[in-house]
Amino acid sequence: MEFYRSHVLVCGGSPCVAAGCRAVRVEIERLVREQGLDREVRVVETGCLGPCDQGPIVVVYPEGTVYHRVNMGAAREIVAEHLVKGRPVTRLQYAGELPSVSTADDKRTDYFQIQKRIVLENVGLIDPESIEEYIARDGYLALGTALTNLRPADVIETVKRSGLRGRGGAAFPSGAKLEFTARTESDQKYIICNADEGEPGTFKDRLILEGDPHKVIEGMIIMGYAVGATHGYIYIRGEYYISIERIERAIRQARWLGLLGANLFGSGFNFDIEVKKGAGAYVCGEETALIESIEGKRGIPRRKPPYPGTSGLWGKPTVVNNVETIANIPPIILNGADWYRGFGTSTSPGTKVFTLTGNVNNRGLIEVPMGITLREVIYGIGGGIPDGRSFKMAQTGGTAGGCLAEAHLDMPMDYESMQSAGSALGSGALLIIDDSHCIVDVACSLLHFFAHESCGQCTPCREGTTRLVQIFDKLRQFRATQADLDLAMELATVMLRSSLCALGQSVVVPLGTIMQHFEGEIQAHLHGKCSVGLCHGACDCAEGRPAENV
Amino acid sequence: MTAVPGAACQCDSDFLSQVERIASMYRGKPEDLVLALHDVQALRNYLPREALRVVARVLDVPESRVYGVATFYSMFSTKPRGRHIIRICESAPCHVMGAKEVIDSLLDQLGVEMGGTTADCLFTVEATSCLGVCGVAPALMIDDEVYGNLVPGDLFEILERYK
Repeated sequence: MEFYRSHVLVCGGSPCVAAGCRAVRVEIERLVREQGLDREVRVVETGCLGPCDQGPIVVVYPEGTVYHRVNMGAAREIVAEHLVKGRPVTRLQYAGELPSVSTADDKRTDYFQIQKRIVLENVGLIDPESIEEYIARDGYLALGTALTNLRPADVIETVKRSGLRGRGGAAFPSGAKLEFTARTESDQKYIICNADEGEPGTFKDRLILEGDPHKVIEGMIIMGYAVGATHGYIYIRGEYYISIERIERAIRQARWLGLLGANLFGSGFNFDIEVKKGAGAYVCGEETALIESIEGKRGIPRRKPPYPGTSGLWGKPTVVNNVETIANIPPIILNGADWYRGFGTSTSPGTKVFTLTGNVNNRGLIEVPMGITLREVIYGIGGGIPDGRSFKMAQTGGTAGGCLAEAHLDMPMDYESMQSAGSALGSGALLIIDDSHCIVDVACSLLHFFAHESCGQCTPCREGTTRLVQIFDKLRQFRATQADLDLAMELATVMLRSSLCALGQSVVVPLGTIMQHFEGEIQAHLHGKCSVGLCHGACDCAEGRPAENV
Repeated sequence: MTAVPGAACQCDSDFLSQVERIASMYRGKPEDLVLALHDVQALRNYLPREALRVVARVLDVPESRVYGVATFYSMFSTKPRGRHIIRICESAPCHVMGAKEVIDSLLDQLGVEMGGTTADCLFTVEATSCLGVCGVAPALMIDDEVYGNLVPGDLFEILERYK
């Protein structure tokens, strides 16, 4: 093994790529070579380091110095000063702390201890394109343990006892799901990893796949062993180019080392994985629509039951799980159910990965124990609301999640509490909105999304989403009446009861919470008032058309 | 390479034989229809009707199903598009970070409506739901490249790189 005096980690998560990290990495590599340091300094592109709005992020080890918003000029200065002369460039350093970065003199503040990394333990720390680095961090040890020491029933029992619940949105107990499929007799079963992450505000699954792809592969193989499936599919959004590239490379590496394929660990168990690319359809995140899409058809949801657990892909029993859920499996098998239950709350054990977005100072990827409050996330990890504005609302769980007001800031974030407030943890999206935004404008944006993404198969959802957009556009133009609002709620309730899948069924969640928690502001729009001043009434211009929003 | 919007389909025999060659890689695997269409679309940034016919024949699936799939997914287009596809996010996380100003400015600079193609056939602008880089909202994607933390002033320079 080669020894390097310094490691330069350049964040290669998609948000940092969007901020230009690739060019920065190439420049640092070029300068390191130019200085003749390429045998002393190793440059690594890692997965997401966390604070996405600070990108591109560069960390220099062993010091653990974090540089943020590194442009080409900063890259040259870091090489010349830090790597050549050993003088960290204080001016370019990030004032905050990163949970993935440990330093020799660790003097982190309390709130950063809040973050607990299980799923993200390797993200931002290892080179995701190196299977060796994953193995060096105990990678594939859980798989080896499961295949050589545990029976499939033991694996299922451990997952059941851990209390792990689906992290994609529906929160179904993962152990029960495995047991269901394990019990179903069939010549062929499948494991599907749902990486069709389309919930607005959610980008955790892509960052898990980009930062630690082998953990997902390992989790899938263990699940396959537990239920008796020999084939797995990773269904991934067509737009996620970097994630696709990384996971495909990881699969090739695992096959090369015999960690995928025939007779794994000499146990006689076979398992292989294929990647299937989506082509842009939010509804394909719904498990039966996803299965239709893997079969090469339009991604329209199936009628349930039967559930995929008994009749899924090509009619065979299929376990469909979200990326984050699968990434929880190896650590649970390795450390045991009791260890896992040591995090989070008694009814919602473990951690949850959230993506913090919107009007908050630190936007990005975090992993915290279940049960932490919204206030701790927004004002602790998130660093509060920028520009001297104040908190107005938080939407949890993506566009299909509920909108919470200030009164909910101290509520613990776990499945039960969220449900009691009419919301959901869902996909882990946390969209923070400040008081410069009008609730009606936010509602319009959400409803447009649903209307755009409704697959059109069932009438309640197809027609309902369109009518809701019309009603809220009217409200924005001060032309709506109380009867319109009543109709909106009635429509949403009918959609909940009669839509084929969760897309139509969940429109009532954001709409209902907005109507309930922001009733005053909604009512004001009936009387021609927008307290924020964003909405304007119908104009009396020559065309007689209602005025657009500013 | 780029088809002119509104012009007669330029499905010459050369193009159709390329389609046939690509589709042949998926022969006997009708379940890979979506992947086949991705590859075929990469030729001209859209899926002409004649190309769909070839795919249907080679994969041995009804043309109606191929057409159904090609029109269902938002990444596919059966209408001619420009050389570069700009996908701009208008979901809530981008919306609250000022996406509307960016979208208005983009459409204004290119002189097109949402969904339209520029007169020089260089760009087609499409509204998309979440691109999954909300940490750097507002964001847009040009082909396979993502740009984040956008303000209207950034657009000119970004677009110049593709001209």
